[in-house]
Amino acid sequence: MSTQPLVAAGPGTQDDGTPLLEATGLSVSFSVGSALSARLRHESRVLHAVDGVDLRIERGEAVALVGESGSGKSTLARALTGLLKPDQGQIRLDGKVLPARRSRADQRRVQIVFQDPYSSLNPRLTVGGTLHELLRVHHVVPRAEIPAYTRELLGLVGLGEEAVHAYPRQFSGGQRQRVAIARALALRPELLVADEPVSALDVSVQATILNLLQDLRAQLGLTLLLISHNLAVVRHLCDRVAVMYLGRIIEVAPTEELFAAPRHPYTQGLLAAIPRMTFAPEGDVPAVRGDPPSPLRIPAGCRFRTRCPIAEQICAEQDPALLSLAGTPAHSADGAPAHWAACHFAFADPPQPCEGATP
Amino acid sequence: MTTAGENRSSLEVIDLHVEIASRRGIVRAVDGVFLDVPAGQAVGVVGESGSGKSMTLRAILGVLPPEAKITAGQVLLDGQDLAHLSNTQLNRVRGPKIAMIFQEPMSALNPVMRVGAQIAEGPQVHLGMNRAKAGERALELMRRVGIPDPERRYRAYPHEFSGGMRQRVMIAIALSCEPSVLLCDEPTTALDVTIQDQILRLLTRLCRESGTSLVFVTHDLPVVAQVCDELAVMYAGQIVEQGTVREVLTRPSHPYTLGLVRSAPDVDHPRSSLVAIPGSPPSLISPPTGCRFHPRCSIAEEDCVTTMPTLNPIGAGRATACLHYERCLEALDAQGADR
Repeated sequence: MSTQPLVAAGPGTQDDGTPLLEATGLSVSFSVGSALSARLRHESRVLHAVDGVDLRIERGEAVALVGESGSGKSTLARALTGLLKPDQGQIRLDGKVLPARRSRADQRRVQIVFQDPYSSLNPRLTVGGTLHELLRVHHVVPRAEIPAYTRELLGLVGLGEEAVHAYPRQFSGGQRQRVAIARALALRPELLVADEPVSALDVSVQATILNLLQDLRAQLGLTLLLISHNLAVVRHLCDRVAVMYLGRIIEVAPTEELFAAPRHPYTQGLLAAIPRMTFAPEGDVPAVRGDPPSPLRIPAGCRFRTRCPIAEQICAEQDPALLSLAGTPAHSADGAPAHWAACHFAFADPPQPCEGATP
Repeated sequence: MTTAGENRSSLEVIDLHVEIASRRGIVRAVDGVFLDVPAGQAVGVVGESGSGKSMTLRAILGVLPPEAKITAGQVLLDGQDLAHLSNTQLNRVRGPKIAMIFQEPMSALNPVMRVGAQIAEGPQVHLGMNRAKAGERALELMRRVGIPDPERRYRAYPHEFSGGMRQRVMIAIALSCEPSVLLCDEPTTALDVTIQDQILRLLTRLCRESGTSLVFVTHDLPVVAQVCDELAVMYAGQIVEQGTVREVLTRPSHPYTLGLVRSAPDVDHPRSSLVAIPGSPPSLISPPTGCRFHPRCSIAEEDCVTTMPTLNPIGAGRATACLHYERCLEALDAQGADR
């Protein structure tokens, strides 16, 4: 067994208040369709999937990114992992600005687990083959120690040694996701990004993967960024939650505070829309009305105003900034987890009463 | 319970068996399922993938994949056995009597046919309406399911709709001939939670208004709690527990149901760790002897390996297929004390 810790201490790990990862003004856009169809439809050809996002992730923290499909949460996760090149903004790792093309060493520090373990593993490689290749390329351990380290990794995610010689198709969905987690952990990352890690799995299997992620955090001191649309999973696993809507973070708060007293009307609606085991919804009025607008036609002013129950004139005119209770802008936070919201009325009034949102 | 209300019919599935031929052998996907859907009631069927819940639904409507067939059992709709009807005869039942909503609206809708025409097709074929009248009916249905600006959207194609709007179109098509039974196969699984909330409320309202009975298949327990009155839990092709939704979810009397309830994180009561069900569902080519859940069960005893339990009534409209269900309730009480 290797005596080295599975999670390597990165440079400058002293607790000096520098967040592990900090994104400022991050934007990612894609160009879609033809110029002609864009003009005919009066739409933009540029899809702003992530539009000026600030996010800090402290060392050892578990942060969740939630939102509807199309809110940009997966795009943001991929940009933070270095899989997509941001158009604007900076990503700092341990205070150091990461270049658009990351060095191998920087790549190792942020790793990702994808949603679908059926398509994210190479069907032609055994589990051992997948891990060995990775370990050889990245020189994580000396060559002679690769087999032992592989066994250690598989043990860590709860798979036996016989898994080394098996192909992904021989595993169930839950076991495949364990392999995917082992692959991400092989490089001793400091930040593990998990993009909907249990959405493709059966209910009874989801719990095993969620428990594994929780154990790994405790055991390895991992920092976790969890992308999920399942708020029950988020509440179970994470310390802090960031809610995204149409490419922006519209609310960030410590988990319990967010669930107890959501400030943004979208968050309130999102929480009220979760189906509950214990009671059925009353009446025909949905928690959030309408569909999210197309990201090609983002409303002026507040992006949520077209579906917002409390929107007023000011919401159409001014785009609300992400502010904390004290009214300071998001990126100058002093490190203490604060409650931020991007709504003109978030902190002016007492929190809006919200059916079913408070436990 | 099976007496039908005026004009409304009840659905009864009796000892249904569905087998799928595969290269490795015969898969007994549905193995002796009984289901009673009284008129105007909403019955949920939950289970993991491969438990046979979707196959049961498809067998009811006679839309099984080609390699699957009903080998035994009856599907009684108003006394008529759907399982033994020819396709031509079935076509007269599908639409006006029984209809289905699928999980993926994009693959269930015709991509090259205008949405309005797809909704109007049913009334034209089954109710003998002319084009103009069927068109009016389609517009009215689009309004009822909450599609904004129906006059304009009538001429749109499915790809121009969002996921939630497509599912509304599916609902409009399913309800176009006023069926007495509506079958739903995971209708909100592909949707966001806010849109899911809208669709569930819409479905509940429409069925309440028209007195339509509902069979709702899903893997999501809280979703069932939103929509259904009765619940059947399926495991490995069989129903292992039945009862009212509230009873089954709060006092499960089968270890599998208990496992499902305990393995899902509860958004209102976060727990320190989740209790997963060990192992994975069995192969349906050669299922375990005795109780099919015994290899994964924490309270299994020797007789569970040898005796195949049947669904036995345990009072108050409830039934369980567990030989030791009392111990399941004990486990639940112990957990309740923990909390």
